[in-house]
Amino acid sequence: MLEIFRQRLTVGRATNRYPEVVEVPPPTFRGQPRLRPERCGGDAACARVCPAGAIEVNPIASGGWTWTLDRASCLGCGLCLEACPNEALDVEPIFELAALARDDLRVSARLGPTGENPAASATDQVERLGARLRGEIARTFGRSLHLRHLDVGSCNGCDWELTALLNPVYDLQRFGIDIVASPRHADGLLVTGPVTRHLEPALWATYDATPEPKLVIAVGACACDAGFLVGSYAVAGGVDRRLPVDVYIPGCPPRPEAILHGLLLAMGRRR
Amino acid sequence: MIASDTVLTNGRLITVAPERLVSLAAVMVETGHRVLTLVGTDERGEGNGFGLWLALLAPDGSVVQLRTSLDPADPRYPSLTRAVPAVHWDEREMADLLGLTPEGHPDPRRLVLREDWPADLFPLRKDFDVACLPPPSRHDAYPFTPFEGAGIGHVPVGPIHAGIIEPGHFRFAAVGEVVLELEARLFYTHRGIEKLVEGRSPEAALPVVERICAACAFSHALAFCEAVESLDQIALPLRAVWGRTLGLELERLYNHIGDSGNICAGTGFAVGVMQGARLKENTQRLIEEIVGHRFLRDVCAVGGLRRDFPRFALRKLRSELARRREETRQFAALLLGTDSFVDRLRGTGIVSRDLAVALGGVGVAARAAGVDVDARRDRPTAGYRRWPAKVVVQQTGDVEARLRQRFAEIEESWNLIERLLADEPDGPVRVAPGTRPAHRVGLGVVESPRGADVHWLRTDAAGNIDRLRVRSASFANWPIVAAAAPGNLIPDFPLINKSFELCYACLDR
Repeated sequence: MLEIFRQRLTVGRATNRYPEVVEVPPPTFRGQPRLRPERCGGDAACARVCPAGAIEVNPIASGGWTWTLDRASCLGCGLCLEACPNEALDVEPIFELAALARDDLRVSARLGPTGENPAASATDQVERLGARLRGEIARTFGRSLHLRHLDVGSCNGCDWELTALLNPVYDLQRFGIDIVASPRHADGLLVTGPVTRHLEPALWATYDATPEPKLVIAVGACACDAGFLVGSYAVAGGVDRRLPVDVYIPGCPPRPEAILHGLLLAMGRRR
Repeated sequence: MIASDTVLTNGRLITVAPERLVSLAAVMVETGHRVLTLVGTDERGEGNGFGLWLALLAPDGSVVQLRTSLDPADPRYPSLTRAVPAVHWDEREMADLLGLTPEGHPDPRRLVLREDWPADLFPLRKDFDVACLPPPSRHDAYPFTPFEGAGIGHVPVGPIHAGIIEPGHFRFAAVGEVVLELEARLFYTHRGIEKLVEGRSPEAALPVVERICAACAFSHALAFCEAVESLDQIALPLRAVWGRTLGLELERLYNHIGDSGNICAGTGFAVGVMQGARLKENTQRLIEEIVGHRFLRDVCAVGGLRRDFPRFALRKLRSELARRREETRQFAALLLGTDSFVDRLRGTGIVSRDLAVALGGVGVAARAAGVDVDARRDRPTAGYRRWPAKVVVQQTGDVEARLRQRFAEIEESWNLIERLLADEPDGPVRVAPGTRPAHRVGLGVVESPRGADVHWLRTDAAGNIDRLRVRSASFANWPIVAAAAPGNLIPDFPLINKSFELCYACLDR
């Protein structure tokens, strides 16, 4: 018993200060690609090598091309960076990527010889949820959010990062958020994994058992899109193929703070 | 008896007739050969019918593969399970996915696929058409083993559990709180990954393969790369070999630390849970600084490593190693010094040595039961020839032994990492892949945090993947978990389960 007290005293404060202080990822960080438009030659080597089909390069009639990244399916594997002959891609050192609408995760740039300013034509994140609805969510869930985890076929990466949110470093409960044991006690579902054929019955049973109003939060590249599993006989795809999704949290897996960002976004406490 | 005997890159290949397979396999297992994997292949396009490949690890560390061809019109064969129990699930999986029927198998029920799957549709056959697949049913009609009698109650648990746990269904037959029988229904997270990578180049398949599981991501990536490299016949630069060894030990370290803490969750020992979670988090943060990913993904490449580890991060590991090792020692002392906690572990969830051997147990679960197996020593790849790992074992096979085993391995991993850092080679970390031969078999065996992870790979005419089979440590050990439960209390099952800490995703693929 004395040893327990001694060790607890020597540890001190372990909890970090997110979101007041957003830590910068280390220089080695495997994040999502960022386009340096002035270098892009439009040869689409990045799109060809992407295992998730997250990058599209399409020619446009007026000359030039568009470069589009779907953050929902991007695995952050970095193969596109290595494939680009012009070194037009680098890693964007950010992880707060969650969005309230699927389309907000598509980052696009219009490039080429037409003289357009690529930076200006890149679509900004569009706020699609009306202020009224946003206010309602903040009123209902903003102070306390109790969630049930629903694994519909994950590789366990997102599950481990959800578990990490409960460790002393992230201490999820300090935000009034907690993971509950039953969907009947939950305000919403944290869904990880693509929807596998074998978990469809469990998905419906869990969703039906969660009382209204309920949030569905898709955690990770599989739940957001499952682009790298397209074509499998055993997988239906992203969770929004089956359920209405309120928040998308990209990443493979998203870091604990990235999930936290998505949860605070869901509660209307962060944009 | 033996039709042909050739020497492969990956050891010997012995071709036998189907009716001879059982007796030959039985003799080899009796003489100390261990099952690495059993794979079915659809080689009808090459005029070879269906192939059945049994890969065994000989006592001298070499690999022997027994191969037999099955009739393309009627692919039945005498089941190996009664002679070699370790392949009981492999045979059921092949029956589901390829339609190869093991005649005389003691449990011919489906294993991977569900009851709503059409009887004549086999996803791993080359002529499989996904369009023939009806939508999934909302109900699962699995025929559980009937276990009836006066006073026997049934407790179904899962697939969705109360904590943040992967999905699996457990059906307890119990008298009062005492478990009589436990049947585990798994493969819920089956994603069809082995089929998905067929026809792809190994380079294109790698990012998918390492997403089979997160907790064992580096082990999978490495076993897969080693399988490919065994075909390419390339020599890796020493720094790549060194980096891979370091990566494997770091993966073992963060898993063992976290898994030790999670055992505390099974007893309600909150201080232990939180200390374990904190130490695991700190280890994963350091790992991210070194390799760029908290789960060591996208680190390995065919031909070495994707990129070198930065010097500043290695310097940090070097300077903090002593302090971090001391922290894990204190953590071990905290847990093993708390009598009320250890009392719950001692004698709980006992796995006998005989059971672990018969079912082909691997990793922590086997070593805690006194089975002296470790792929790092028994078939050393990566850098384990140059930097050998010391293998420790326990004897009692209970939850306590599995916890003590993890702490002993944490200590040994720190020692290995210290030796690696003191012996850091210079040079490139990657070489170009060689020419990839057609229709050849490659094999990669890596000691993951949970035991031997075996990747078996066959190339097609173009050198791309014709068939990949991943037999993870969890595949070998899950049947042992179910066998460890009877005689224990139902409330002790979460504790027993956590002491194995197997992956569902690794098993289900």
